[in-house]
Amino acid sequence: MVHPPAPDRRDDSTLTPLPAGSVPARAWTGAHDGPPHLVACHDCDLLIELPPLADRAAARCPRCQYVLARGAHETIERTVALTVAALILFVAANAFPLLTMRASGNEVEATILSGSRILWEQDNGGLAALVLLTTFAAPLAHALSVLYVLVPLGFGFKAPGAADVFRWMGHVQVWSMAEVFVLGVLVSLVKLADMAEIVPGIALWALGLLIPTLTAAMASLDPDEVWDRLDRSLEMDDRPAEPEPARPGGEAAP
Amino acid sequence: MSRQRTAAAEGMATCHDCHLLVAIPGGDDHGAKCPRCHSALHFRKPASLQRTWALLVAAVILYVPANTYPIMRVTSLGRSQADTILSGVVHLLEGGMWPLALVVFVASIVVPLAKLFALVHLLISVQRRSPKKPVERTKLYRLTEMFGRWSMVDIYVVAMLAALVQLGSLAQVEAELGAVFFGATVVLTMIAAESFDPRLIWDHRGPEQPRRTPSARGAGGDRKPGRDAKTAHVRKAHG
Repeated sequence: MVHPPAPDRRDDSTLTPLPAGSVPARAWTGAHDGPPHLVACHDCDLLIELPPLADRAAARCPRCQYVLARGAHETIERTVALTVAALILFVAANAFPLLTMRASGNEVEATILSGSRILWEQDNGGLAALVLLTTFAAPLAHALSVLYVLVPLGFGFKAPGAADVFRWMGHVQVWSMAEVFVLGVLVSLVKLADMAEIVPGIALWALGLLIPTLTAAMASLDPDEVWDRLDRSLEMDDRPAEPEPARPGGEAAP
Repeated sequence: MSRQRTAAAEGMATCHDCHLLVAIPGGDDHGAKCPRCHSALHFRKPASLQRTWALLVAAVILYVPANTYPIMRVTSLGRSQADTILSGVVHLLEGGMWPLALVVFVASIVVPLAKLFALVHLLISVQRRSPKKPVERTKLYRLTEMFGRWSMVDIYVVAMLAALVQLGSLAQVEAELGAVFFGATVVLTMIAAESFDPRLIWDHRGPEQPRRTPSARGAGGDRKPGRDAKTAHVRKAHG
């Protein structure tokens, strides 16, 4: 099969997309006119005039290179789709065995939760809680809070307490360590493979798919956009309800 | 090059949680709340250096028993063997599993130690008001935040082995005290990294960079009329 020749690219010369990171975010000197969109760098506190960003472009702090903003808009639907996929994979990762060990006629299955359950039974409550938090509770709470905030927002309204949930989500995210857990499971697998027959279970494959899905969901989530939209729906809540202006030929007024 | 301004020097603070830039009238951030997400506003994370030091010292202290006590005990046919983090790596090497030994060595020994040293270096350089290499130090801080979590690998290995090797008298794996200390070290260094404020790295950069002086607002002679109009769209904090 011969592919047709690529079309002449010279026509596209007017559409030079900005490569990521090329947008000149200027340090604010207060010396020029016009209303700047001011932000402060999260990592070095420099005041910066943020230019409007092209899609997929990133604005970096001119002083410390922190990514101030990404030109990603309308990302809510994609984030919701990816998070739903992640949640399904998470259920699968918990419903099936991660690893099965066969040795001298015995068969032992380990799931995500059985690790912390065994630690608990061995009177090691602290470790059990840490493993439970980082491999189960935090990823689950994280995915659920993303959906709780973003799904209603996609329909244009704000769930009760959405700002608090979204704020809380940022703190929970740090403790969600599914990717580290996968490495731990793989290390255990290789370690035991010498002594016994170890069979990787469906949950391990589900976890393996969960990591890129979660990463993509987080990469697509733009917290600035979410806050912005939460903010706007907030203001609509606070505003007293105005009577609908009568439309010409409206059906409401007889 | 014209002078660069920081938000704190202009009496503004970025919300920790939603990153909204908020003007704090009067320059006192005590009790100020973000108008968007209601989280507490601070020009800098409160008592950042003290908190980070306290957590870091605790982490260093716990790191000693984390390495001297065994992290797990393997009992097999009446024979019992306890492994520390380091002896576990050595056993992997002896068994010829050097890629695995390398993974465990990096995750359990290099990462935690590098993280402790990085945080100590950041704290000392900030306290000495060092103007050197702020970009590199900020990047070091970001790396510290990013890779600290990978030390948890050993904890997960212990949990998985304990969950799998449940053959009663035939073979049994149990978590030991060292794993508890190690888990505590990882958690404490993560919270320590969280409580460190990287903006402090940039605060001590000589006289041209006004240091956290929100009260100096309005005192500068370089203020042009009408400049407040430009900041007018920056929202004010709740009282």
